[in-house]
Amino acid sequence: MERSLAYENDLSNLEATELRLGLPGTDESEKQSSRNNKRSSAEMDNSCEKDEQECAPAPKAQVVGWPPVRSYRKNVLHQKNESELSGMFVKVSMDGAPYLRKIDLKVYKNYQDLLKVLENMFKCSIGVYSEREGYNGSEFAPTYEDKDGDWMLVGDVPWDMFITSCKRLRIMKGSEAKGLGCL
Amino acid sequence: MAQSFPEDVLEHVFSFLNYDKDRNAVSLVCKSWYEIERLCRRRIFIGNCYAVSSEIVIRRFPDVRAVELKGKPHFADFNLVPEGWGGYVYPWIVSLARAYPWLEEIKLKRMVVTDESLELISKSFKNYKVLVLLSCEGFTTDGLASIAANCRNLRELDLGESEVEDLSGHWLSHFPDNCTSLVSLNISCLGSEVSFCALERLVARCPNLKTLRLNRAVPLEKLPNLLCRAPQLVELGTGAYSAEIQSDIFSNLAEAFLGCKQLKGLSGFWDVVPAYLPAMYSVCSRITSLNLSYATAQNPDLVHFVSQCSNLQRLWVLDYIEDTGLEALAASCKDLHELRVFPSDPFDAEANVSLTEQGLVAVSEGCPKLQSVLYFCRQMSNAALVAIARNRPNMIRFRLCIIEPRAPDYLTLEPLDTGFGAIVENCKELRRLSMSGLLTDRVFEYIGTHAKKLEMLSIAFAGDSDSGLHHVLSGCESLRKLEIRDCPFGDKALLANATKLETMRSLWMSSCSVSFGACKLLGQKMPRLNVEVINERGLPDSRPESCPVEKLYVYRTIAGPRVDMPGFVWTMDEHVSSRLSRVTERRGD
Repeated sequence: MERSLAYENDLSNLEATELRLGLPGTDESEKQSSRNNKRSSAEMDNSCEKDEQECAPAPKAQVVGWPPVRSYRKNVLHQKNESELSGMFVKVSMDGAPYLRKIDLKVYKNYQDLLKVLENMFKCSIGVYSEREGYNGSEFAPTYEDKDGDWMLVGDVPWDMFITSCKRLRIMKGSEAKGLGCL
Repeated sequence: MAQSFPEDVLEHVFSFLNYDKDRNAVSLVCKSWYEIERLCRRRIFIGNCYAVSSEIVIRRFPDVRAVELKGKPHFADFNLVPEGWGGYVYPWIVSLARAYPWLEEIKLKRMVVTDESLELISKSFKNYKVLVLLSCEGFTTDGLASIAANCRNLRELDLGESEVEDLSGHWLSHFPDNCTSLVSLNISCLGSEVSFCALERLVARCPNLKTLRLNRAVPLEKLPNLLCRAPQLVELGTGAYSAEIQSDIFSNLAEAFLGCKQLKGLSGFWDVVPAYLPAMYSVCSRITSLNLSYATAQNPDLVHFVSQCSNLQRLWVLDYIEDTGLEALAASCKDLHELRVFPSDPFDAEANVSLTEQGLVAVSEGCPKLQSVLYFCRQMSNAALVAIARNRPNMIRFRLCIIEPRAPDYLTLEPLDTGFGAIVENCKELRRLSMSGLLTDRVFEYIGTHAKKLEMLSIAFAGDSDSGLHHVLSGCESLRKLEIRDCPFGDKALLANATKLETMRSLWMSSCSVSFGACKLLGQKMPRLNVEVINERGLPDSRPESCPVEKLYVYRTIAGPRVDMPGFVWTMDEHVSSRLSRVTERRGD
């Protein structure tokens, strides 16, 4: 245990004096620094697997093949972790806009954050959600296509359920969205 | 002498002998028994594909229906055997195809299997029934398509935990409509989605299907469709066990499980959503085998589910079960034979869960039939090991992995020699042992003295000197497989026990202190051993004799040195000196 603490102290000292292009105060996690050793992406062939265990998130130096966990098992558990780290990009269209945008839903914590970003991105006003009225009164209403292919109003379900079921977003003109707001 | 019985009577008697050991014993009685036995042996097990050649096998046993082959050494599971080392099955398939047109079963473990091999299998045998590929690699879903398309009477297709290049899920649709013979299908290792319609129809038309292990891509909502068409299932591996919380999905699932009255084994459970675990409550009391080792559920959901399975005999689970969960297990599952606890976060030095030696002690106290253990944890004490040994003298397999190498008894800071010593002394039937933690030569003295039935021993980061290795090689009479990594064992013990190695299947030593010179000597002294040196960094420039080898794999063989070695593997025998000098010349570029 002491070994890893000393290692972490060294790392934090290095960071303070490091020259880099990021803004001061931006956080660069240890996960990223060890992942730089890995050859780029998941498109690489299977020989990358050996690198994978050398790039595990813990700051400690990795011993090959220890602990004795089968690659198969490691990959399966890793997949879960990797999906937590990779983005959840969905297309966003707005009625009347010439092209679509893409956003990463994982980056936002709640509906407030998401709506604010959408408003900024498309220079529109979406307004406030109400369970009864939807976005009635707003110029635009955000909708999304869920896993079943249905178009739903953004805001009805809990945030966690929303980000797992949302396949794409569409910002509709408020006049068209009137039908959705009624219960 | 033995003329009293006519041949066919003897043959009939021998037909009741299924174990290799028995058949081998029978064939040693006299020449005529040897002859009769060899003509009627139908199943062959070859624990090391390089220990014998296919020609020798075919010459002795002319009418074989089932072949089982193992390739790479066990430590290949942990990436210690470099890519390209060997274990190619293709040459075997070519020989088997020529010699045994009536071959029905092939089971392979840790072998390199190509699509070519699979295609050859699918086209060569008139009544092909069983294909089991455990921890294999080298093939794609195209190879599987050949098997599906051409094996009219296929009964079993088990892909184990193989690494398959998944080109598409379309291969499953190659099973013809008139294929109704499947009894067992395990595709759990595949990544991509198979056509659900094709799967559904296949399951529906195979009335004898007993084992079905799906892959992660099969969604939970669709599981009831399959269960309704196969209520006779005995073993089920689910796909991803997650869905949005919807009452109709839950009720469909619960109803489908209610119909599965024969279900005894469950596995799968990727991405598990705990709210769906209760859908299986109707089958829990009949479950004897439960593999939750991919289920990232935590307590209380996890322990609550496990405790429902009062007739559980085998449990594989992640360390999310924690000590509290294992205490509950000890109280509710009195029939437990086997427990495996895997680490959820193996590379973090800090514990993310509250799983310690206490959990294992509790299970050893509460479960009188416990005989097989694989346990990953972060702390251990001699006291705990002694307690486990005293509680469970019936232990047969004991594999303990303390995550930190060389970790001492966390209470006393002493080595764990006493603890493991108690295990081998009390558990007189112990056949397999894996050790970890801080261990000195003393533990090997205990092992050599007491572990007389031990067949397989795994050692890592342990021992002080050659006498450790010497105790094991000279004392363990039943030893068949010995695998060692990162231990200070060298030439002396190895050379002093050279003849012992011919009584074993294999010895693996990596990151130890065995020199090239000693390997050469061993190879020259023992012509019936293949002494293979694996050195990825090539040969040493200066003083090669005294330089330590990276990895050493020694195995007995009647097939001589193998001919399919990659450039970084050398067989050390009489011819090695000239071969080595040629290689060092080649390496100059």
